[in-house]
Amino acid sequence: MKKFLEGSQAVAKAVKLAKPGVISAYPITPQTHIVEGLAQFVADGELKSEFVNVESEHSAASAVLGAEACGVRSFTATSSQGLILMSEVLFNIAGMRLPVMLVCANRALSAPINIWNDHQDSIALRDSGWIQFYAENHQEVVDFILQGYKIGENPKIMLPVMVCMDGYILTHGMEVVDIPSQEQVDKFLPPYNPPYKLDIDNPLSLGLLGDPTVYMETRYAIQDTLNNDVLKLIPQVSSEFESIFGRRTLKLVETYKTEDAEVILVAMGSVAGTIKDVIDEERSKGKKVGLLKIVTYRPFPKEEVFNILKQASRVGVIEKAISLGSDGPLYTEISALFSGEKNSPQISGFIAGLGGRDITEKTIQTVIELVKGKKTSCIFMDLNKELLWEDFRVI
Amino acid sequence: MFSILVAKAGSSKDNKTGSWRSVKRPKFLQKDCIGCGLCKLICPEACIEGEEKNTYRPDYDYCKGCGLCAYICPKKDIEMILETEEK
Repeated sequence: MKKFLEGSQAVAKAVKLAKPGVISAYPITPQTHIVEGLAQFVADGELKSEFVNVESEHSAASAVLGAEACGVRSFTATSSQGLILMSEVLFNIAGMRLPVMLVCANRALSAPINIWNDHQDSIALRDSGWIQFYAENHQEVVDFILQGYKIGENPKIMLPVMVCMDGYILTHGMEVVDIPSQEQVDKFLPPYNPPYKLDIDNPLSLGLLGDPTVYMETRYAIQDTLNNDVLKLIPQVSSEFESIFGRRTLKLVETYKTEDAEVILVAMGSVAGTIKDVIDEERSKGKKVGLLKIVTYRPFPKEEVFNILKQASRVGVIEKAISLGSDGPLYTEISALFSGEKNSPQISGFIAGLGGRDITEKTIQTVIELVKGKKTSCIFMDLNKELLWEDFRVI
Repeated sequence: MFSILVAKAGSSKDNKTGSWRSVKRPKFLQKDCIGCGLCKLICPEACIEGEEKNTYRPDYDYCKGCGLCAYICPKKDIEMILETEEK
């Protein structure tokens, strides 16, 4: 049923439909409304779930790790400092092959403390072994959660899934979103039935010491599962989802007017909406511009990205994260795809929207102009030069 | 794809971690023992057995030679001796 909802409420409703047995989270802006909604469902008896209140995000992640290890579907959500505090446990969850679902309300990292949106928090966790989806709008977040459970819990996959949604822009924005019925979801998502779990009647040890004779194989197994099985499974699950729910939202990548594009911009998350508007405008002036939206960032769909971008002459990567001391992580990965290739497009990288700075249509138009010029690797967009000094100052 | 992930419970007994012991091991003199059981309680490996006084003894297959039993013994009836010393 279509409803006009705040993004966080849409997430709470989607999670409720997936019937997690355990939810554990610690409040942090801008994620709080998500678990607030879920806590209300539990309190009102609408969702039969154990809601575990904890003293930190590290404990929240540990609680869902334990729940999943006991064969119980679980959910947690966090942002920014909370995600970073969880990070030790998040690597363990992936290494222990537990399909936890986490919604990250993307927010900048301290210092300086900043509660607004960028992608630095989840990008910092890109190497953890988690599957990562980046959503453009509310509908995608809802759909990615339901499909994420199905993908992560597949007995051949058994990996955790992080659905990333832009803090405030999506978490606090109101939008029309189609919330599926319980019957539809039950048909699509069967109860969680893991191939291994902690059970007092059949004791097992999970989370073992892996010495130098076995550790590398455990990492290879995750790498192989992500790059082969997950990349193949995503389109299959997406087709199944479409046959029940009538829409196809989860993709490896999404293209917008790229067929004949000379310039292709690459981006992730809600900024794709702004970019599509700018592209429409450019197209009306006869300029051949398109967008490649990365939906699945981990595993990184190298083949799809390469095949779409190779037809362009210029590529501009716009990202809300920076590997300080290097370039934007997405720019680096896309550049690597074309290393040693003849006929490679000229690829330039742009950092924009850090700490919630608005990425406006003008920002995108400037990027398009810069992409046509000399190759650049890491231009910070919309900088206020008056705030940059050679020497320390007290303000 | 999976690699080593789970193991049968209780398998830690298969690892004779006493081989990690270096330099010293505890020698239970069994002379002045009063059977208080403190050595058994404090042992981080839980590898000390005994009930009556002068019956306590460690399982050297698992003892790592930490010396806590000798430290806690109120009667100084446990000595840390060099591995090279005779039994």
